[in-house]
Amino acid sequence: METAYLIETVVKILVILLVFSALAGIGTYFERKVLAFMQRRLGPMNVGPYGLLQVAADGIKLFTKEDIVPTSAVAPIFKIAPIITASTAFMAAAAIPFLPSFTIFGYEVHPIVADINIGILYILGIMGVGLYGPLLGGMASANKFSLLSAARATSVFISYEVVTGLSILAPVMLVSSLSLIDFNEYQSGGITEWMIWSQPVAFVLFWIASFAETGRTPFHLIANDHEIVDGFGTEYSGIRWGLFFIGEYANMFFVSFVISILFLGGYGDGSFLGALGLLAKMSFFFFFFLWTRAAWPDVRPDQLMWLCWKVLMPIAVLNILVTAIVLI
Amino acid sequence: MKNEEFNNREISNEYFLVDITDYPTDSWGKIKRVIKRSFRVELFVGLGVVLRELVWFKKHTVSYPEEKMPIGPRYRAVHEMKRLLESDIERCIGCGLCEKICISNCIKIDTKIDENSRKEVTDYTINLGRCIFCGYCAEVCPELAITHGGRYENASDQREHYVDLNYMLTPLDVMRSGSQKEFEGFGAITPHEDERVKKTPLAY
Repeated sequence: METAYLIETVVKILVILLVFSALAGIGTYFERKVLAFMQRRLGPMNVGPYGLLQVAADGIKLFTKEDIVPTSAVAPIFKIAPIITASTAFMAAAAIPFLPSFTIFGYEVHPIVADINIGILYILGIMGVGLYGPLLGGMASANKFSLLSAARATSVFISYEVVTGLSILAPVMLVSSLSLIDFNEYQSGGITEWMIWSQPVAFVLFWIASFAETGRTPFHLIANDHEIVDGFGTEYSGIRWGLFFIGEYANMFFVSFVISILFLGGYGDGSFLGALGLLAKMSFFFFFFLWTRAAWPDVRPDQLMWLCWKVLMPIAVLNILVTAIVLI
Repeated sequence: MKNEEFNNREISNEYFLVDITDYPTDSWGKIKRVIKRSFRVELFVGLGVVLRELVWFKKHTVSYPEEKMPIGPRYRAVHEMKRLLESDIERCIGCGLCEKICISNCIKIDTKIDENSRKEVTDYTINLGRCIFCGYCAEVCPELAITHGGRYENASDQREHYVDLNYMLTPLDVMRSGSQKEFEGFGAITPHEDERVKKTPLAY
């Protein structure tokens, strides 16, 4: 039993690592294509059919490039920062059920690494730790743009965390559990029982905060290309920059999974159709990240803090109050 | 078209001033602005626009090395030396005006007197690394011999990139098939030039 469990867990971890590392690469391809089509361009076209092998070309380039550590940078912190971003993104995936449990060769597999009873708390906490990557990397780079980016990372960090935490509190009160599987079971009765109908405000708040969490366009101020070059990534090259990249895109996928499971019913009753539904919902949220990047402008750091503290947080608190009154 | 029509700058009467109100200064005005901005669905209009482009699938990209945009006949790219229509001989008479007028000193011309006591061009080179493609040579040429062509891809492995007379001359097969094109740009003959030309006043 013990060895079987160990082997199963290790296999699951490996599968998640490999699948989502690959997905992060393919995600960049989709991002470039979708953005190009929305801007009447073609996107990558030359490497492979319709540019499909561009991902491989980028990967080879990133992995074989010279690894440069600037002389004035604080080398140990500079080197560990991208690892923080990438590893925390994948650590957060441990508590996410990616598919309903299925039976293969007479062995029941639960596609979740660890169904811990503090699932959401763990995911939000680990994703929050992920922002230490930009923060430490930006401060250790000995570059003014990186330093600005680190300062912005701090401001983002203290802004969105309060919204994610408070907005998720009301659904947690309804489900009275923090496990994502319990969330899924709570909404397994079909489309009418989805959390989005009983907690629309929390859904919108969490969605908005997830943009700040992943650093996507309306709140893409940590690495805003047209203001501060590449922000914390300015001094990074090769595989270290690639780790930042993988972490960022894996984070987008995981946040899309979390939103789908929390508010849109997850995999429902656990049938094959439900599993496909979860993937479809996840794909929509991932697509929405790309979509907003083509359409929306960026906000300033002070506007993000204003939005999170003065607008979203009061709404979240009101939402909790109303939910509590209704529950009682 | 008369001169008055050119000078008339009132092209359209459809210009109007955009209605921009001042930013609110008091807090109640700011709150009203936030509410107005939040519930007017402008963000979703933006999303709709880009989604429409995604669905329409109209592409404006020219995949350059495979596709090329047509360029205008007046475009000033690498020079061409034209041949006489009657005899296929080069038009250049070796007067040296192009060398004289060239403001970046990139044209070099050497001539000699041949056995028929006519001036013959022995050496003619243009340093494209220096040439600024101003078109003065084409304008000054009395024989319409040196003109600009449409060949704009002149990547080179060094800054000095010379082209000589044989490179620029219209190839003989092109000439014999009658497809040598006259340059329409700077220095070319204007249309209806025949009607306007005056006879040389030999009388005085």
